[in-house]
Amino acid sequence: MRLHLGLAQMDPKLGDVQRNLEKHLAYIEQAAAQGVELLIFPELSMTGYQVNDLVPEVSIRASADDPVYAAMLDASRRTGMDIMFGFVHQDQRQRFYIADAYLSGGETLHIHHKVYLCTYGMFDEARYFDAGDQVRAFDTRFGRVGMAICEDFWHISTPYLLWMDGADILLLNSASPSRGLDASDKFSGSRWVELVNMAYASFFTGFVVHCNRVGYEDGKNFWGGSSVVDPNGEMLLGGDYFDESLHTITIDLNELHRTRSRLPLLRDERPELVQRELERILARNNR
Amino acid sequence: MSAHTPFEAERARIAHKLTINPDIATKVLTGFIKDEIHKAGMKRAVLGLSGGIDSAVSAYLSALALGPENVLAVRMPYKSSSADSLSDADAVIQALGLQHLTVEITGMADPLFAQFPEMSNGRKGNIMARLRMTVLYDQSVAFGGLVMGTSNKTELLLGYSTVYGDSGVALQPIGDLYKTQLRQLAAALGVPQSLQVKPPSADLWEGQTDEGELGFTYADVDQVLYLLVDERYTLDEVAEEGFDAKFVRDVWRRVKANHYKRTMPNIAKLSQRTIGHDFLFLRDWA
Repeated sequence: MRLHLGLAQMDPKLGDVQRNLEKHLAYIEQAAAQGVELLIFPELSMTGYQVNDLVPEVSIRASADDPVYAAMLDASRRTGMDIMFGFVHQDQRQRFYIADAYLSGGETLHIHHKVYLCTYGMFDEARYFDAGDQVRAFDTRFGRVGMAICEDFWHISTPYLLWMDGADILLLNSASPSRGLDASDKFSGSRWVELVNMAYASFFTGFVVHCNRVGYEDGKNFWGGSSVVDPNGEMLLGGDYFDESLHTITIDLNELHRTRSRLPLLRDERPELVQRELERILARNNR
Repeated sequence: MSAHTPFEAERARIAHKLTINPDIATKVLTGFIKDEIHKAGMKRAVLGLSGGIDSAVSAYLSALALGPENVLAVRMPYKSSSADSLSDADAVIQALGLQHLTVEITGMADPLFAQFPEMSNGRKGNIMARLRMTVLYDQSVAFGGLVMGTSNKTELLLGYSTVYGDSGVALQPIGDLYKTQLRQLAAALGVPQSLQVKPPSADLWEGQTDEGELGFTYADVDQVLYLLVDERYTLDEVAEEGFDAKFVRDVWRRVKANHYKRTMPNIAKLSQRTIGHDFLFLRDWA
């Protein structure tokens, strides 16, 4: 089975949801014209990253009553393309989350709330957002997948849980700022992300798809470099840094079968041992 | 055993970490200039060109980002400014094909100097820096462009600048590059050789050099600052790398004493929501 993927490496305009919606719809049209079956946008693609005190005014509700959300649902129905995008989600009790939605055929298949808020150094997410408390894989017409947002996949626990929950394709998105300029051909921050994504694909013998934004916010540059890694840890797509672009690639999902026949890491994984030992460790630490 | 040889390997290691890829720096910084100026609804920039390497690199990046026709280079000599400064600035203007203007500040500065005959070189230097800022902000309106900052990370950290003078700008493209890194970028951009080799100077009085006035070299202080700031070393850990402990302490004292130059003035809080405290938006919000 083959899957034609699209990665919208876009530059959202800070706080301008209407303009960003128009940009999403333009990318969707462009991707649909190229036969893309699953299109992925970056973290907070509908709002920009450092929204700060703009959070209440740029947040949307994940229902057809919300005109922005409805337009995205309609786009997934109209084009027949599955879409994953980033937004500020306001729940029924007025809590705000950094969220990804996965839409298919006019329906919401899953919403992920960022679990690991990034609040150190140049980041200040926990000041403005509530943290998600679930890590769940879900079924799509391409197989079972899992979503994680930026800091979520700097922690190995998130992709591990998604793997254990059946995800064969990790869909990652981020608003990752460039940092660590040195003599090499990429920022050290970009090298790190590419390294861990290749490691996840290798450890979990699955596909890792990563869409990172580009552009600038108050002097921070976002490096793009969206990538796709196959179950052998080989980077199939990547290396386009800093500029807006739509990347497309066809991946062969049968590679999962071939790699796992050769390397049965999933078969031999022992989550019950992990659970037992974690319970012991957590009890000992009295946490 | 000589005093410095045991630490040669450490110095070389730190120097290597201060080596930059100039292509990535150019890509990100030209993109930044374009983005900041376009977000402000403009397409042009105004820049004071001193004849030194910092403003030359800023001019090269601005010309790449905006096109030379959209960059106004302003030379603002005082009567004691060295002739080399003017000709080096001219070499940059000619090489890039920048729009340009020369505004003498002598006629503005001297009447104020004359009122205070005891005025120190430091005071005079500050006044000259603020007059140049005034000229640039006036040209900002006349030319329709943002005032380009030309401060590097070394001088921002050391506070080797005049508050509301050379620090009075709209954007700072080279503010995260140490002086030694800036030299690498200058070489890659093809800044004229005469600017690359001459000793850095604010040219506020005859014979002034940065390193003479500061009392240390950029090569040394950049390594110390890099360890303290970028690598989060403690003062003792930096000294263990072979730097004089007093030098390290003095540098850090200077960084701390000049922090006020790197922040907006504090606003006394009274209300429920106060600018600078809990009215939190990016500058790029607008």
